[in-house]
Amino acid sequence: MLAVARTLVHRDLLLALRRRSDVGTALLFFVIVASLFPLGVGAEPNLLRAISPGVIWVAALLSSMLSLGRLFAADHADGTLEQMLLGAAPLGVVAMAKCLAHWLVSGLPLVAIAPLIALQYDLAPGLYGVLALSLLLGTPVLSLIGAIGAALTLGLRGGGVLLALLVLPLYVPVLILGAGAVEMAGAGLQPDGQLLLLGALLVLAAAFSPWAIAAALRISME
Amino acid sequence: MNPNSTLRWFWFASPQTFFPLAGTIARWCAAAAALLALGGLYVGLVVAPTDAQQGEVYRIIFIHVPAAWMSMFIYVVMAGWAAMGLAFNTRLSFMMAQALAPTGALFTFIALWTGSLWGRPTWGTYWVWDARLTSELILLFLYLGFMALHAAIDDPRRADRASALLAIVGAVNVPIIYYSVQWWNTLHQGASVSITRAPSMAATMLTGMLLMALAFWAYSIAAVLVRVRCIIRERE
Amino acid sequence: MLEAAELECERGARTLFRGISFVLRAGELLRVAGANGSGKTSLLRILCGLARPSAGAVRWKGQPIAGLKEDYTRELVYVGHAPAVKDDLTPRENLEISCRIAGRAASGEALAAALARLGVPELPVRKLSQGQRRRAALARLLVSDALLWLLDEPFATLDAEGISNLNGLMEKQADRGGAVVYTTHQEVGIRSTRVVDLGAGA
Repeated sequence: MLAVARTLVHRDLLLALRRRSDVGTALLFFVIVASLFPLGVGAEPNLLRAISPGVIWVAALLSSMLSLGRLFAADHADGTLEQMLLGAAPLGVVAMAKCLAHWLVSGLPLVAIAPLIALQYDLAPGLYGVLALSLLLGTPVLSLIGAIGAALTLGLRGGGVLLALLVLPLYVPVLILGAGAVEMAGAGLQPDGQLLLLGALLVLAAAFSPWAIAAALRISME
Repeated sequence: MNPNSTLRWFWFASPQTFFPLAGTIARWCAAAAALLALGGLYVGLVVAPTDAQQGEVYRIIFIHVPAAWMSMFIYVVMAGWAAMGLAFNTRLSFMMAQALAPTGALFTFIALWTGSLWGRPTWGTYWVWDARLTSELILLFLYLGFMALHAAIDDPRRADRASALLAIVGAVNVPIIYYSVQWWNTLHQGASVSITRAPSMAATMLTGMLLMALAFWAYSIAAVLVRVRCIIRERE
Repeated sequence: MLEAAELECERGARTLFRGISFVLRAGELLRVAGANGSGKTSLLRILCGLARPSAGAVRWKGQPIAGLKEDYTRELVYVGHAPAVKDDLTPRENLEISCRIAGRAASGEALAAALARLGVPELPVRKLSQGQRRRAALARLLVSDALLWLLDEPFATLDAEGISNLNGLMEKQADRGGAVVYTTHQEVGIRSTRVVDLGAGA
């Protein structure tokens, strides 16, 4: 079972490596979206500093959501997803492995790039750590919850926008806690509460979403 | 459970047999809804005293609060039918969930709209990022997502099961969303506005709201059953 | 070994087929025939466990496959319409990953031998023709020791040499004591034990 999981993660990483441009565009999107806000609201430094945690988090949300299309769609189209359903590992394990690979390719780089965006917004240096930690805890939850939506909308016309409608309301708690953690730290208070809650969400998502993703995949593949 | 009673439980699970029963119940509930609404509106508009702070405007609470209650209640019921459908694989359960969604969305919209109308004369703005209104907004998105997913899938069986799973995932998330939005609201205090902080409840006000809530409930049952009949006709 | 009892399949509002029953024993080849749209692919998917029939049951060695899950899928190889190979990988990498996902160990030499036997060049799959991709997909049959083969239109896009190759493979599988269920339009001159005809279709 673990061997299958390891194979799947390795395979997805290999595929991402061979299609570097796909991955790169999603990350570029993250940077572009974050750069749009100052153009919209004006470049007043205090304003930007105040909105930066929220902006970075919203950009992370949107970027993560865009890359969800890649999670199952390609495998579904060329038949490899069926083979995974017929494989030696339970579908929940398959789902977890794919989510892990997805996060490594689409979520973890966001954690690395976020400090650069924070620099653009002149976020106080002491907050970089909290920002990175909140993203580190939150982006896997986004991958896991998003995967449920991706599995439900497999192969549908208008899939991308429908996926957004389904998944963004479910993303709201992660957004609130993640951005809130940075804002608490910015106000001089301890962000521990929010970070712990984010951790709790991560544990809950990791425990329950593989079941939901597997059920959704079976429903979509029948 | 002896086989005889099991059979009786599933007797009405067949859309064909449920069809006439739904019609009968719907007629009675529609009548009840009309009566209860008349009673509730009478209490709310005529009998209940004028509020010291908000004057006559507060009376919109008699629609706003029951509508909000119904919007949340219907979502839970919808998720319940969805779970039953996935567990027992009965077509009618899925049809009930499908029929509940538009009514739930309607009440959510009414709650949002009346909340907004209440806000204007009371606080000067049409929209306030109050915790409960924001939660209602997200609940509306959840309803619309359910309906959109069902509409986007051609195969009826897949559509039923996919939207059922979505309803259950949404139901599990609703408490998490609600509490995180509550917390978010306390963080960004701004103006301490709680638009749904109702004026202290005189007994008549409570009666009025309860009557309206029952009226909405009866209406929901009637509307949902009529819709289920349409769905049954369409699909069978 | 494999038993289908009163299978019925509905797609949307139409019933594709009903009352399909058969028993497949070791060493038998079963051909599923029928016009386009008669549900051949659906039947195969039901036999795999990928889809659920609206009525009836499939049993493997006496037990319903719904309860067996991985214990059943471990003993079969399914080659569907889509070749199930990733464009960005080489056939060798694809085959290795397929084996690992199916829980079978396969040595490097066995993989290379299988691909060579079917005449699949070692290029990224993107650059292969449809026929070569199908051969790459069929290589899975060579490296597995599964008892049951479920093949959906396996002869499509193959040339004459590929067809006779596959014929030989299927007959060898039957001789080994395995079983094959396959669908095809073409008359490929293979010795079929039985035919299940799904009729004229919807």
